[in-house]
Amino acid sequence: MHGNYVALPSVETLIDKLTQALKPYFPSNLPPAEQPVIIGIETGGYWIANAIHQAIAPETDLGRLNITFYRDDFTKIGLHPTVKPSILPTGIDGKTVILVDDVLYSGRTIRAAMNEIFDYGRPQQIILAILIDRGEREIPIQADIVAETIQLDPGNHIKLDGPNPLQLTIKSNLDNVS
Amino acid sequence: MSAKNLQLDENGKLQHFLSIEGLNQQIITEILDTAESFTSVADRVIKKVPILRGKTVANLFFEPSTRTRSTFELAEQRLSADILSLNVDTSATTKGESLLDTIHNLEAMQIDMFVIRHKDSGSAHFFAQHVRPGVSVLNAGDGQHEHPTQAMLDLYTIRHHKQDFTRLKIAIVGDIMHSRVARSQIHALNLLNTAEVRVIAPKTLLPVDTESLGVQLYDDLERGLRDVDVVIMLRLQKERMSSALLPSENEYFNQFGLTQERLDRANPDAIVMHPGPANRGVEIESSVMDGNQSVILQQVGFGISVRMAVMSIIVGRTGLQVSE
Repeated sequence: MHGNYVALPSVETLIDKLTQALKPYFPSNLPPAEQPVIIGIETGGYWIANAIHQAIAPETDLGRLNITFYRDDFTKIGLHPTVKPSILPTGIDGKTVILVDDVLYSGRTIRAAMNEIFDYGRPQQIILAILIDRGEREIPIQADIVAETIQLDPGNHIKLDGPNPLQLTIKSNLDNVS
Repeated sequence: MSAKNLQLDENGKLQHFLSIEGLNQQIITEILDTAESFTSVADRVIKKVPILRGKTVANLFFEPSTRTRSTFELAEQRLSADILSLNVDTSATTKGESLLDTIHNLEAMQIDMFVIRHKDSGSAHFFAQHVRPGVSVLNAGDGQHEHPTQAMLDLYTIRHHKQDFTRLKIAIVGDIMHSRVARSQIHALNLLNTAEVRVIAPKTLLPVDTESLGVQLYDDLERGLRDVDVVIMLRLQKERMSSALLPSENEYFNQFGLTQERLDRANPDAIVMHPGPANRGVEIESSVMDGNQSVILQQVGFGISVRMAVMSIIVGRTGLQVSE
């Protein structure tokens, strides 16, 4: 049996909270080409970005970011060739980018993601939307929109499984030791 | 230490890239999959990822090269490495002490990775045996032995167009004896369980051990091309021919040059490849080289992604280590 029992809100409810909070960024009088660009971080962040994109602005471009090549711990963890490559819409210059991830923890993933985004162009602003903020930052990065904040016992981590269905589980790091 | 094991570390991860022989299917597939992720880097505003940031790569070309050298350099630059490229005058160098001196001098400059091309077979292995632990060596062609990154980019090109190797008939045509590319290709195609690998060449240009490589031999081009899905042409290596193995270039073209008429014996959707540089009108007709079945220029572009993949996998090998 994996994971301790902790009551977690349903992913659907959390995605809905993010969707509501992000709606004001998409004024209905703007054409799709001028609307913000939603970009999800592989893999969990992309699933959520996809759901938000469907709910708010399906006619706009959706980006997928694989930050493997930008990780500061690349030489420690190596490559994961199974992760799909980044696909970002062309022309993020001057745009608002809604950057979406599932869990915000050390902040290093977001740093890597922003480095990669700037290699594609210079957005006007980046809004960071996060499903779960579990705190314990190692660098000064904060989200603009957070659906849920939780505290975990030391040695535990939270994981989004998916894409069908999307489900959050809390796992003990000890589970990985066999 | 055996030459085979030299390229893998104690965890079976790639630490040098010296030959296809001695690798396994898993590593080959990992390189191809990783290369696919790198193809999109070329489409960006800033064609760079930071994987080799802070690392120094030395390109040592003891033999001339245009394509291999420039695609290695571009691959290194797109991975953000600092690079140093040297054309080493071979006339003054002989393998042995002076090559060792070169290694030690460069090591003193804190080089992390060497890319080496040399006219002597086994020189990349020799280099790899003598570098400090943690320093990696990539073979960019050693004598008549191997040219493994070329074989990988050829595999990548074939996979891009044809996907499943287990259904493919692939013909390698030409100067097999002098070709390090062919040797690497045959090993790689076998590792991916290619349905049939044919080698088509005049008997005088076949090395003695070809049959042991598990290929079908043909000395008639038209028969050999029948129903194949991929035609790989090799360059007639005039500079490596010590004795008269062929009557004349003209005669060679008449018997083994790829013309459209001959290519029509292959499957209608067959692709034509050539590692370059090609001798137009010697091993391949100009119109075939520029024709719509030719993927020769695509190979060059894929060479960058494949070389980026190999270098990234080597640098990232410490990942998943269980030590501590």
